[in-house]
Amino acid sequence: MTDFTMNKDAQGIATITWDAVGKSMNVMNQAGFEDLEAHIDDALGDDAVKGIIITSGKEGSFAGGMDLNVLAQMKADAGEDPAKGLFDGIMSIHALLRKIERAGMDPKTNKGGKPIASVLPGTAVGIGLELPLATHRIFCADNPKAKIGLPEIMVGIFPGAGGTTRFVRKMGAMAASPFLLEGKLLAPAKAKSAGMIDEVSADPMADARAWVLSAKDADMLKPWDAKGYKMPGGAPYHPAGFMTFVGASAMVNGKTQGAFPAAKALLSAVYEGALVPFDTALKIEARWFTNILMNPSSTAMIRSLFLNKEALDKGAVRPAGVLDQRVKKIGVLGAGMMGAGIALVSAQAGIEVVLIDQSQEAADKGKAYSASYMDKGIARKKATPEKKEALLSLITATSDLEALKGADLIIEAVFEDPKVKAEITAKVEAVIPEDCIFASNTSTLPISDLAKASKRPEQFIGIHFFSPVEKMLLVEIIKGAETGDRAVAKALDYVRQIRKTPIVVNDARFFYANRCIIPYINEGVRMVGEGVEPALVDNAARQLGFPVGPLQLNDETSIDLGVKIAKATKEALGNAYDAGAADDVLFYLFDQGRMGRKANAGYYEYDEKGKRVGIWPGLRDKFPVSDDQPTLIDVQHRLMFSQCLEAVRALEEGVLMDIREGDVGAILGWGFAPWSGGPLSWLDMLGSAYAAERCDELEAQFGARFKCPDLLREMAAKNQSFYGRFSNKTDAA
Amino acid sequence: MTEAYIYDALRTPRGKGRKDGSLHEVTSLRLSAQTLNAVKERNNLTGHAVEDVIWGNVTQVMEQGGCLARSAVLASDLDERIPGLAINRFCASGMEAVNIAANQIKGGAGDGYIAGGVEMMGRVAMGSDGAAIAVDPSIAMEQYFVPQGISADIIATEYGFTRDQADALAVESQRRAKVAWDEGRFAKSVITVRDQNGIPILDHDEYMRPQTDMQSLGALNPAFQAMGEVMPGFDKIALMKYPHLERINHIHHAGNSSGIVDGAAAVLIGNKEFGIRHGLKPRAKIRATAKIGTDPTIMLTGPVPVTEKILADNGMSISDIDLFEVNEAFASVVMRFMQAFNVDHDKVNVNGGSIAMGHPLGATGAIIIGTLLDELERTGKGVGLATLCIASGMGAATIIERV
Repeated sequence: MTDFTMNKDAQGIATITWDAVGKSMNVMNQAGFEDLEAHIDDALGDDAVKGIIITSGKEGSFAGGMDLNVLAQMKADAGEDPAKGLFDGIMSIHALLRKIERAGMDPKTNKGGKPIASVLPGTAVGIGLELPLATHRIFCADNPKAKIGLPEIMVGIFPGAGGTTRFVRKMGAMAASPFLLEGKLLAPAKAKSAGMIDEVSADPMADARAWVLSAKDADMLKPWDAKGYKMPGGAPYHPAGFMTFVGASAMVNGKTQGAFPAAKALLSAVYEGALVPFDTALKIEARWFTNILMNPSSTAMIRSLFLNKEALDKGAVRPAGVLDQRVKKIGVLGAGMMGAGIALVSAQAGIEVVLIDQSQEAADKGKAYSASYMDKGIARKKATPEKKEALLSLITATSDLEALKGADLIIEAVFEDPKVKAEITAKVEAVIPEDCIFASNTSTLPISDLAKASKRPEQFIGIHFFSPVEKMLLVEIIKGAETGDRAVAKALDYVRQIRKTPIVVNDARFFYANRCIIPYINEGVRMVGEGVEPALVDNAARQLGFPVGPLQLNDETSIDLGVKIAKATKEALGNAYDAGAADDVLFYLFDQGRMGRKANAGYYEYDEKGKRVGIWPGLRDKFPVSDDQPTLIDVQHRLMFSQCLEAVRALEEGVLMDIREGDVGAILGWGFAPWSGGPLSWLDMLGSAYAAERCDELEAQFGARFKCPDLLREMAAKNQSFYGRFSNKTDAA
Repeated sequence: MTEAYIYDALRTPRGKGRKDGSLHEVTSLRLSAQTLNAVKERNNLTGHAVEDVIWGNVTQVMEQGGCLARSAVLASDLDERIPGLAINRFCASGMEAVNIAANQIKGGAGDGYIAGGVEMMGRVAMGSDGAAIAVDPSIAMEQYFVPQGISADIIATEYGFTRDQADALAVESQRRAKVAWDEGRFAKSVITVRDQNGIPILDHDEYMRPQTDMQSLGALNPAFQAMGEVMPGFDKIALMKYPHLERINHIHHAGNSSGIVDGAAAVLIGNKEFGIRHGLKPRAKIRATAKIGTDPTIMLTGPVPVTEKILADNGMSISDIDLFEVNEAFASVVMRFMQAFNVDHDKVNVNGGSIAMGHPLGATGAIIIGTLLDELERTGKGVGLATLCIASGMGAATIIERV
């Protein structure tokens, strides 16, 4: 069966319909390109055909993009010279799209072509928009749910099938930049205003047919193929264009902190392409696209942020054979910040929510969080009063535990005190159905210990949200010693309902995410104690692609929490506790009453509105900046290894069961350098041999916390990579 | 080894580089030709007198394009057998012309040269010739490109110069330039620019604001703060290259940065035989020349390493230099130079500089060599060093010694 079929009708219109077999949305693959080209050749060569319409057989969508395996295949097929394979493959896509765009026109007179229109029932992204962009007119259904755009940059590549060159030629570099650099997607009406598509209507097929039957030569000619074409906003050496391009490099560099190779490659393709004729620009786009596909960062980003994230979202680690566990009624215990957020995202997924707190007033306050969230959405025209009412009607705020009757999942988000938690667990289990799963949102207490308070430890699990709940994409699911498969499946099905990405880890101190984040913060704080310039610490982190440096992050998470964790860790580890300079700094800030952002005073000073204004001068007074500052790369390696080695130890100890979860969880959970593909991908990029060697150096210079884990040492000896060694287990791409 | 001597150095006055500037009506070609004619007339040069005219110019497009050096020779009264070479090393172009000429002579390639440069900044806008380093992402992003004003502010931040220090240096530059003009210290070198009928157009530097004081400068807003902190946010780029800085301290503004002006300058250079043949007395020898590349982001610190290099290459030390000309591109450039070598301001730019009188990019390097020579002669001193910071991270220097 072929994905593309063609029908020629009596009026002389050949309609090519894209309808991928067995898929809910069209995805382009190698065979698809070949089918499409055969139909195009046929239609262009057939005198009875006056014009062509390319459309989709899927309801509500044209196409969702390219099967990224096509690119992998091009690479693999080329054997010794993968770059050449990719480049040739990409150029053949350009040739096909260019054939559509030129549609048989005479190259000199631009006459004699056949009109080709695209009809989009809805969503058209990636190649799903790049193909229509090569046609002469794009008609889209007025489908407000549809998304139109080129989101490639989100997975570390950029539009490489002419989308970059055509967007810039259509809109100008300035106007195209949010769509290319941020991957911004728009609903059809806005996509039309932006110039991505041409027409939005109730019956795009009828409009397209009418257009095809009446189109003149001039209607088919793209501006860039006409004589005297000038790029909107000016090419790079046009006075206005010059300022745009100076600004573009600076803004992209500043925003990405130089950490995203795809953004650089994209901008180069745009700049170099803007200086030459269209066909040459496509060739340049292909060269940079090849360059980015050959970059290990793009491979790692595609793997983690696209393939593996999608696999985890779809339940890659769900226990086999457990029936559908989707949640119908959830009980949320504790209406504080976390509980309120959990209630909100659950209601957004259409789940009935009972939000419990000790007093009606406290419970109501938690529910009010959802109301104010929806109000903000209404103000920004993202929601309607009706939607707000519908959402609020799903949430029952009460202090009455009886309301939990009939719930199939409980998430406890009360104060982080084992006694308090044990009490509420017992009280709630007395009310809820026997088969109800009970989850704790604890971030610090071992699940197996909390489960002791439960009558049904096999139904007890950790579901650890990150703050703010409605924004953070990751949920960490923690299996206690006795947690059963149904509880895991329940947690996974719930996370899927609320459209977040789950990772499942075993129970150990700080689970996975916090286990890695804490050493990251500590390493940064420790450097300040050693006399490293504080600005260098946070700037170094930002240049690694972290959204916030360790000092800023500590201000966000609060100094008192840091002190609490330090004390608890010291108590737990006893003599093995490595106090170090970090504690000196942390306890000093604590003693000074500088508790962080919430106190408007921490490592940083804040103005009355809570805006960070600069590093607190008292920090440098107390911990003088030494004359001998480390290199940027040394600071960065300390920050990276402190996290990555924890990830390796978590894997070694079986806390982490799947390397995909280690990488995806790190990026989504705490913004770990997305360009790297995650901590394990980053170590793979370094190579295990070099990583082990670097551990030895860091250990000798900075202490035992950088000691090379046995697993990494063994991998170095065998010259293995994480994705090589563990891929059979994980199907990682 | 053959020595290269300076026989003459002259310049036009500097006109405001704006539509209402006095030289705005004069073409780059005419100003260049008139400058060359002045060299010819003052030194009685006839026939194929010099080997070449090396002409510095930064923005080589439109009327400054097409090898302006050759057109200028043809438009002047010089013999057509004298060719012309247009060169560009940004702000040191005029100095580089002198240095190339001197080294050609030292190497035996010709007896005499006219070297200098021109920049009509009001007629051909700075930057209108394009620049890959600013717009091509493959270099702009890789090399952390920022405009010069940001670089000057990085210097101030990195080396701890305050707005008050920069303003004080600017006030002093204005004061010194006023004294120099009042006492006729530039009389030997400044020619009057005239029209085609001989009617004078400009005979003095018109950019100067001798009434400048700390209070008037204090009223000016930092010129590079918005582009640094807001759009497009060059400070972030600066911090990527200088991550130990917390933020950039924006201290520069129009009053403590060099002025945008029109102007030209020329230096007549030859070996001993050249002087004998034309009946000219050498004023100084060009003792040494140097150029160097530096970090392009901070960009303007070149005078320090190039001075270290020129001294080391020639077995000299900073104490061997009696007088300095350090181009006042921005106040922080000069402050950094004095800080690095612990040189007193009494020895640097004693007759004011580009902050007071303006900086016609392609000409300034030749101008400050002439100014240095005049002052060595006036004060009876022997050895002077001139140096400039250069865009894209370079530095150039020349040491002259009176004979």
